[in-house]
Amino acid sequence: MTRAGEGANQPGKFGRNRNGGPGAVLRPAAGGLANVAVREPGRFFALCLDTFRAMFQRPLQWREFIQQAWFIVSVTVVPTALVAIPFGAILSLQVGGLIRQLGAQSYTGATAVTAIVREASPIVTALLIAGAAGSAICADLGSRKIREEIDAMEVLGINPLHRLVVPRMLACAFVGLFLNGLVSVVGIVGGYVFNVMVQGGTPGAYLASFNAMAQLPDLYQAEIKAFVFGITAGLVAAYKGLNAAGGPKGVGDAVNQTVVITFMLLFVENFLISALYFQFVPQKGM
Amino acid sequence: MGVEIRVEGLTKRFGRQVIWEDVSLTLPAGEISVLLGPSGTGKSVFLKTLIGLLRPERGHVWVGDQDVPRLSESKLYETRKLFGVLFQDGALFGSMNLFDNIAFPLREHTKKKEGEIKRIVMEKMELVGLVGAEGKLPGEISGGMRKRAGLARALVLDPEIILCDEPDSGLDPVRTSYLNQLIVDLNAQIGATILIVTHDINTARTVPDNIGLLFRRQLVMCGPREMLLSSEEPVVRQFLNARRVGPIGMSEEKDVSELEAEAKMGHDPGRLPPIPPQLLPSNGRVRPTQSPPGAWLRANGVTPPAGSFIDELGRNWLEEWPRYVATMSVGAGAPTRPGPVTQPGPGKTPPPPGGVRA
Repeated sequence: MTRAGEGANQPGKFGRNRNGGPGAVLRPAAGGLANVAVREPGRFFALCLDTFRAMFQRPLQWREFIQQAWFIVSVTVVPTALVAIPFGAILSLQVGGLIRQLGAQSYTGATAVTAIVREASPIVTALLIAGAAGSAICADLGSRKIREEIDAMEVLGINPLHRLVVPRMLACAFVGLFLNGLVSVVGIVGGYVFNVMVQGGTPGAYLASFNAMAQLPDLYQAEIKAFVFGITAGLVAAYKGLNAAGGPKGVGDAVNQTVVITFMLLFVENFLISALYFQFVPQKGM
Repeated sequence: MGVEIRVEGLTKRFGRQVIWEDVSLTLPAGEISVLLGPSGTGKSVFLKTLIGLLRPERGHVWVGDQDVPRLSESKLYETRKLFGVLFQDGALFGSMNLFDNIAFPLREHTKKKEGEIKRIVMEKMELVGLVGAEGKLPGEISGGMRKRAGLARALVLDPEIILCDEPDSGLDPVRTSYLNQLIVDLNAQIGATILIVTHDINTARTVPDNIGLLFRRQLVMCGPREMLLSSEEPVVRQFLNARRVGPIGMSEEKDVSELEAEAKMGHDPGRLPPIPPQLLPSNGRVRPTQSPPGAWLRANGVTPPAGSFIDELGRNWLEEWPRYVATMSVGAGAPTRPGPVTQPGPGKTPPPPGGVRA
């Protein structure tokens, strides 16, 4: 069992069987390598497991969930839309030239849809969820931690994982689903507008080739990605926030680390899910 | 009423740094205890270990028949409902106003109706003198008010054990003495076991039944108030009398050479100051766990320093006590007595505070 707030300087799970266990051997090097390679991931997974267990605890904190979901929407929607437009436009620009040279203008729509739905929208969603929602959640939990609010909550007999972390994590995932849809729509519209108005493509070609390559499972896998990204961002933010130590600077560091770690994890996950998707779901032939 | 806490052989380390080791003490049920120690000796860490926020490397914390460091998560949350904890800065939830903060435990743990919650919350707010500040956010009020609100929140579930982490730091002396009175009154009223972590000497000398002193990673001494106040042990004596002469230095502790130099200079630690009478509940009752003044001294054949147990009205409580108890047993049905007569305590004769009820 770990508890929220077992920080890097507090021997938690590992401290317990330290006498004589493998921990005793590791201890000399514990400051550096072992800490990065074993302890931190270990604690992180412990927190994940505890959070998943807390997720099935009744009652679910609906109020907190809705508040958090609304908060996340409010910090992510506008930036997401604004990032999605140039994303679609850039794709049209880059691919459009090549496609014209190959004489495959009738497939401009196909490339845009495939690229945006399959890859671009989960990535943009990941960036926004990690950068805006994750950092905000981490800052919130971190400042609560250093003000001893988390401790106070535990002492009042309330599990902060159940009360605070689960609703935030679910809100992240829930909003991620919709953000992904938003990016897809806005990106494709952006690509269309750019292609038709700037590059002189024909609306018919763009629309007709829409589903030449893309298929419905592309959307499903994108939504699964967005959901997984949301869960990941929420968990990393919670882990870093609940382990913030050392005053306001500690919270700043935690937020910084949250964003960096979440980015890295999300790109790895994105790659893994894409790879699995291509393995298991047959692609549409042309 | 009240639950005993028994600590056995408790050791806490952060990495290789030993915070304290082999601490064993008992907080008797229903009594007020004070844990003292110079800054940085891990008093707050001790408190957090008691409630299972930190896990000790070795040892047991028995609360009733539960061993806190070894409880499962659900049992731990259950056991914690016995506790009311006042954190150093109050640890209020920054996003809620004071009313919601104090109502929070009730809303989470009980199925009480909103009307009843309001009644209980207002009662506790009146107890700590915060009526009128219900709608304020914790960021908008002073540190002293935050502390009092934190205390109200700690009391709202009628805990069996109250732990206070430096209730007097950052409070002015007048408010500190009100708070001390409040703690004594609470103990008289609900009989909770109380542990106060502090380094306020006045609090330590007048409030508790028992005193413990942490120094050099150990529990130097722990026992009845009169035992420590009459102790000749250098650390205890230095700390309880706030002297420079003694083993405690500016940085954590003095080294051996410094102590030798001090001994050569012939620093005389001086006479022990008189033991003040213990603070009594403001309604004039006797706390069930309070022992008569001088009981420990008599039992152990120790002569108190001259002038002990004399309050600022010149009454000697060694003589006054039997009379006081007698009037109490006669007037047991009528607990309210005029305030000033029943408020011994060095340097404090506050009239019965308006906000504090017993």
